[in-house]
Amino acid sequence: MRRNPSLSKVPMPVQDPIQRAANFDEVALGYTAAMAVEEASRCLDCRHAPCVAGCPVGVKIPDFIRQVAAEDFAAAFDTITQSNSLPAICGRVCPQESQCEARCVRGIKGEPVAIGRLERFVADHHRETVGARPEPVPANGHSVAVIGAGPTGLSCAADLAKLGYAVTIYEAFHTGGGVLVYGIPEFRLPESIVRDEIANLEALGVKLEINMVIGRILTVDELFDDFGYEAVYIGTGAGLPSFMGIEGENLIGVYSANEYLTRSNLMHAYDERYDTPIRRSRRVAVIGGGNVAMDAARTALRLGAGEVTIVYRRSFKEMPARIEEVHHAREEGVRFENLAAPVRILGDDQGQVRGLVCVRMELGEPDASGRRRPVEIAGSDFELDVDTVIIAIGTSPNPLIRNTTAGLETNPRGCIVTAPDGSTSRPGVFAGGDAVTGSATVILAMGAGKTAAASIDAYIRNKAGEA
Amino acid sequence: MYQILSKRALNEHVTMMEVEAPLIAKKALPGQFIIFRVDELGERVPLTVAATDPERGAVTIIFQAVGHATKKLQQLEVGDQILDFVGPLGRPSDLDDARRAVVIGGGVGNAIAYPSARYLHERGAVVDVIAGFRSRDLVILEEEFRAASTRLFITTDDGSYGEAGFVTDKLRALLDAGNQYDLAIAIGPVPMMKFVSKLTLEYGLRTLVSLNPIMVDGTGMCGGCRVLVGGQTRFACVDGPEFDGHQVDFDDLMLRNRSYREQELEDHSCRLEQAAQKVEAQHAP
Ligand SMILES: Cc1cc2nc3c(=O)[nH]c(=O)nc-3n(C[C@H](O)[C@H](O)[C@H](O)COP(=O)(O)OP(=O)(O)OC[C@H]3O[C@@H](n4cnc5c(N)ncnc54)[C@H](O)[C@@H]3O)c2cc1C
Ligand SMILES: Cc1cc2nc3c(=O)[nH]c(=O)nc-3n(C[C@H](O)[C@H](O)[C@H](O)COP(=O)(O)OP(=O)(O)OC[C@H]3O[C@@H](n4cnc5c(N)ncnc54)[C@H](O)[C@@H]3O)c2cc1C
Ligand code: SF4
Ligand code: SF4
Ligand code: FES
Repeated sequence: MRRNPSLSKVPMPVQDPIQRAANFDEVALGYTAAMAVEEASRCLDCRHAPCVAGCPVGVKIPDFIRQVAAEDFAAAFDTITQSNSLPAICGRVCPQESQCEARCVRGIKGEPVAIGRLERFVADHHRETVGARPEPVPANGHSVAVIGAGPTGLSCAADLAKLGYAVTIYEAFHTGGGVLVYGIPEFRLPESIVRDEIANLEALGVKLEINMVIGRILTVDELFDDFGYEAVYIGTGAGLPSFMGIEGENLIGVYSANEYLTRSNLMHAYDERYDTPIRRSRRVAVIGGGNVAMDAARTALRLGAGEVTIVYRRSFKEMPARIEEVHHAREEGVRFENLAAPVRILGDDQGQVRGLVCVRMELGEPDASGRRRPVEIAGSDFELDVDTVIIAIGTSPNPLIRNTTAGLETNPRGCIVTAPDGSTSRPGVFAGGDAVTGSATVILAMGAGKTAAASIDAYIRNKAGEA
Repeated sequence: MYQILSKRALNEHVTMMEVEAPLIAKKALPGQFIIFRVDELGERVPLTVAATDPERGAVTIIFQAVGHATKKLQQLEVGDQILDFVGPLGRPSDLDDARRAVVIGGGVGNAIAYPSARYLHERGAVVDVIAGFRSRDLVILEEEFRAASTRLFITTDDGSYGEAGFVTDKLRALLDAGNQYDLAIAIGPVPMMKFVSKLTLEYGLRTLVSLNPIMVDGTGMCGGCRVLVGGQTRFACVDGPEFDGHQVDFDDLMLRNRSYREQELEDHSCRLEQAAQKVEAQHAP
């Protein structure tokens, strides 16, 4: 097979930065088949395939890439979906630079193989050309409840349904998808792709019960006792936003990133046909340096803000956001005020935000996370002229389920404690995703759902004496 | 989809509806609320569960048509469907040890206070209700309250019905006359709750208020409903909506509830807010 010696990835076609900063359409447009084949030919098909070890769900990367190079896209799709049930999503949002692509041999000299882009291509190609929905599997007579329709719940449900379980997902919101629909914006992950994945699940026979806040309408115990589920999987995420506790946080114009993004994404505030109000900001400060902060900043631009500034305590090097998102944000004109931390938010006599006071930081010794700890430079206060402040400094698991489920062990951060197989301190109750790890990634959440599905299957068959 | 089972106008602006939601009807307790979304384009808006009929699977809501969402809802008729109806949300009221309660409602807040009054009354507590309205044509739930209270006092700002004056005037009169209570529940416009709480603090009377910040999800996920209680940030949708009135920072709440004011139909007159401002003006030192 022809090998492509290029040191760089085949470039991803993208929307022009100026144009795209004013619309909510997807930024990255995806490879064509020719581009995909060209990029796939850069893979050396390494025998030890170090890239696979970098993927949390162990996608057989060289295999699927070989199939792409041979233009057997259908086979490539089958290969990927053996390990990853949401490839169109992971191909778009995985932090490849710290996972699969970080280990790629081609990355030693030059750029790694664009594994994520290829994965996305294969999934999109399948959806656009084949589009067949999966067939339900004969029922095995057992039923499982999944709480939360985010990536972890969806992948757990998919695997269980493929084993013949009757699966019902209970979702608090009026739609499934979790962070994929309320957090990650349309311009990075179109809602239609998530919808399509959910339609696949429904074709497999999974029932999605929306508007069901477990812990209120039904408890975990009721799911067992009144509905007869044999196991329950908790995939409720880590959606509770943290605030900083600084002066001015309750002024009009201060948002948690979750609220800002939910109004824009889930509730479509950017679309005039919808009733959802959102602040018409001129100048916005976003506090934080993760994907959430990038998404909020880029959303604010698209909603019409003239100037958007990210305020981050450390430097670009320590930024936890995906490199591509930081890059796109900079291209679109988001300003970065790195090595700065907010001190207080200023308000006018109407209680509206009129500014943000920050202090400069410098990097000191490494902390527990291995990153250098930011230290305040005394007397270096400065003021940003903004009318909106969006706080994206992290989230933690919601206490609703933990407070209503006796005997469910959680740690001091409110995360559910699980064994490596996903089981909790309560027999028959399994958990995974952000609810267990705190905010992490889509692929880790998905992987946890898969692991738990296998454990749930073993648990139920064991109990039924079928094992 | 959730079907509307019955609909009745309580006054020109306030509507009572029963919505078919069997699981919620079985579960909801006084103090809890639902969030509805009329259609795909609509906002998510919270309303208190005013009553439930588990047999018929019916949940009663009582709402004032003040903005987009509530006006859309008001236009629906029996047999029509509501797209989303989620609940019960929030913590149930903590009423169980109350033996002598005074329940104070202001305007449409009376609808929110009613289930608590009824609950206490059914459990054998002494329940005095002070239901305040701006004028005679706005009075709601008179019969219901009469059946759910030991004594019912109606006040109107303009004296067109019941006693003239504010609910705080009546409350002070009752307290000064030596009436003993172990719990006050005050629900209505924010300034009303603020002044009732001020008053009951003087008398050392435990007071619950039900806060109505702007909400999105109602599950503790957006932080939009944050309120300051005892100097701490709390989320009304999961930690409330009821809080100790002596701890609540009402001014902060009033401020935050104005977040989208300019954007919301400039021409519509929000009676609830107007009434509130009037009370505020009257009570201003
Ligand atoms: C703005 C943003 C951008 C991100 N960008 C990336 C990225 O680029 N790449 C990446 O890998 N990761 C990213 N992440 C992180 C990633 O989205 C999460 O790690 C992942 O979604 C976690 O999946 P989950 O299924 O555990 O939880 P969630 O996606 O949070 O889903 C949990 C679901 O459970 C529901 N739920 C909660 N409580 C209840 C209840 N009591 N009853 C019923 N349902 C309930 C919720 O409504 C939600 O639908 C981002 C996160 C955010 C917020
Ligand atoms: C827990 C809870 C329970 C509630 N129960 C009831 C109920 O039983 N019956 C009822 O009629 N209402 C109730 N409310 C209030 C109701 O949710 C709001 O009035 C809601 O904003 C109406 O939505 P809308 O789109 O029709 O009006 P909007 O367009 O949102 O607002 C119309 C006007 O009201 C102002 N406003 C917005 N939100 C609030 C608010 N939360 N409080 C005061 N003013 C506001 C706006 O600034 C605007 O002037 C409750 C609120 C909460 C949080
Ligand atoms: S799932 Fe994510 S980490 Fe795994 S191969 Fe695909 S893009 Fe890489
Ligand atoms: S490490 Fe890189 S070059 Fe080697 S098999 Fe994996 S993707 Fe291909
Ligand atoms: S309404 Fe979103 S946290 Fe309370």
